Amino acid sequence: MKYMILIYGNEEKWSSLSQEEFAKLVAETDAHNKALFESGELVGAYGVADQDQAKRVHVRDGVPVVTDGPYLEAKEYLGSFSIVDCESLERALEIAAAMPSARLTEIEVRPLLHEAGLEM
Amino acid sequence: MIVVGVADVSTARRRDELPEQVERLLRQLAPQVLGALVRHHGHFDAAEDAVQEALLAASLQWPKSGLPDDPRAWLITVASRRFTDQLRSDAARRRREDREAVRAPSDAAIAPAPGDEPGSHDDTLTLLFLCCHPALTPSSQIALTLRAVGGLTTAEIAQAFLVPEATMAQRITRAKQRIKAAGATFAPPAPGELPERLQAVLHVLYLIFNEGYTATAGPSLVRTDLSSEAIRLARMVLALLPDDAEVAGLLALMLLTDARRAARTGPNGELIPLDEQDRTLWDREKIAEGIRLISEALPRGRVGPYQLQAAIAAVHAEAERAEETDWPQILALYTVLERISGNPMVTLNRAVAVAMVHGPEAGLALLESLATDRRLKGNHRLDAARAHLHERAGDVERALEHYRAAAERTASLPERNYLLKKAAALASSARLAARPEDRP
Repeated sequence: MKYMILIYGNEEKWSSLSQEEFAKLVAETDAHNKALFESGELVGAYGVADQDQAKRVHVRDGVPVVTDGPYLEAKEYLGSFSIVDCESLERALEIAAAMPSARLTEIEVRPLLHEAGLEM
Repeated sequence: MIVVGVADVSTARRRDELPEQVERLLRQLAPQVLGALVRHHGHFDAAEDAVQEALLAASLQWPKSGLPDDPRAWLITVASRRFTDQLRSDAARRRREDREAVRAPSDAAIAPAPGDEPGSHDDTLTLLFLCCHPALTPSSQIALTLRAVGGLTTAEIAQAFLVPEATMAQRITRAKQRIKAAGATFAPPAPGELPERLQAVLHVLYLIFNEGYTATAGPSLVRTDLSSEAIRLARMVLALLPDDAEVAGLLALMLLTDARRAARTGPNGELIPLDEQDRTLWDREKIAEGIRLISEALPRGRVGPYQLQAAIAAVHAEAERAEETDWPQILALYTVLERISGNPMVTLNRAVAVAMVHGPEAGLALLESLATDRRLKGNHRLDAARAHLHERAGDVERALEHYRAAAERTASLPERNYLLKKAAALASSARLAARPEDRP
């Protein structure tokens, strides 16, 4: 089963860390990702650029319109996400709980829909 | 790691262009060559890598130069050299010997000993037991079985499971490390363990089959056909254990299920339930083979869950129209299945059969007993079955409620689409019924 693990946060949370603490968080996150890769469970891990760089696209009467800013005004926004392929939801939650960022901020785990479908 | 990845990618590409005959021969010989190598040298993990490299060499060489006189001996020779080289980690030597191996394939450095030939079949079975070792997780068992026994490349397996090749390579490496750490050796399981270990092998083949049992549209078009691979491996196991009724039952179940492949999805990959399928699209050849296998297996007396599921699939296959389905017989088979391998999914299926024989209320009453079963907590199939039976009973409101709950709970995209479509159709027909003047 594949799961998407989303790490939310905001400037306030990240800047609450000292330079050393932040460096430690990054190093621990790298180590965690490496361990997940080595267990054959990591499909991908991505950092997301700051919300200032977000663009929204919609099409009105056939004309694409691009506007600045994130989709929702929120107190916390998506900071990074990983996709893992593991045995169970329990394992996905264990992976999320082992993420160094979990000590600092909220982490959301969402199952990804798969293509296999049995006759009903 | 990167070297393995690159080799696998080129193998995958090359194999697409390979004549089918060469491809089939390579896949068939892969477990025999690996078995011979592990028995001679030990070191399952290194031997497995060496065999993959030998398969790559063959896939490059054979289409140009033609098949060697003894393809199996050729592969064992090349794989053995790769194996020794790997242990020496001597890159220059490896390149030189590759050329020699290709130039003089009949010069078998480690020719199979005379006693090897009769043992090669047992080797394949021993390999299967090793790849389905209880120390491994199911996904690792599957990956290792497909590579070491199925002869698929890491790239092909990764593509089938929609994960990056590097991830799959790690999974396979980790699986081999675990087997080593568990102290497993290349030997058949002790007689006392055999039934349990064979059960694990059959379960892995069943999981591979189900993984491939997907919609035929969209991204799945590019996926390696895992259902066909599972059928090929099940045929191989049956050839090795012709007297095992459960192996025959599993193969029959796969064939009878796969026979419906063309009918079970619509043009856009949407699921079509059994009772709405165009049965003229069913593969009659597969059905005939499946029915023959299960008819021969059942009278042998040792009835198991795969035989019973195959028998149920056979009853469906024998009905030319959905209305002609022999539901009392299906109900009887589910009742036996529940007795010998009771689990809530079997009870759920029996409830549907009960509804077909004794009416939806009787089925719903049986489903009610499952509502508190912890093993089905959050499982969409219970909701889907309840929705279906409420719909049959004419209780639109509760049917809608359960269709929507099932759609929320499934992790399968085609299943969710199917359930939402059912709910939408039911809701709109209910609106029409409420306002008869709107009817066309």
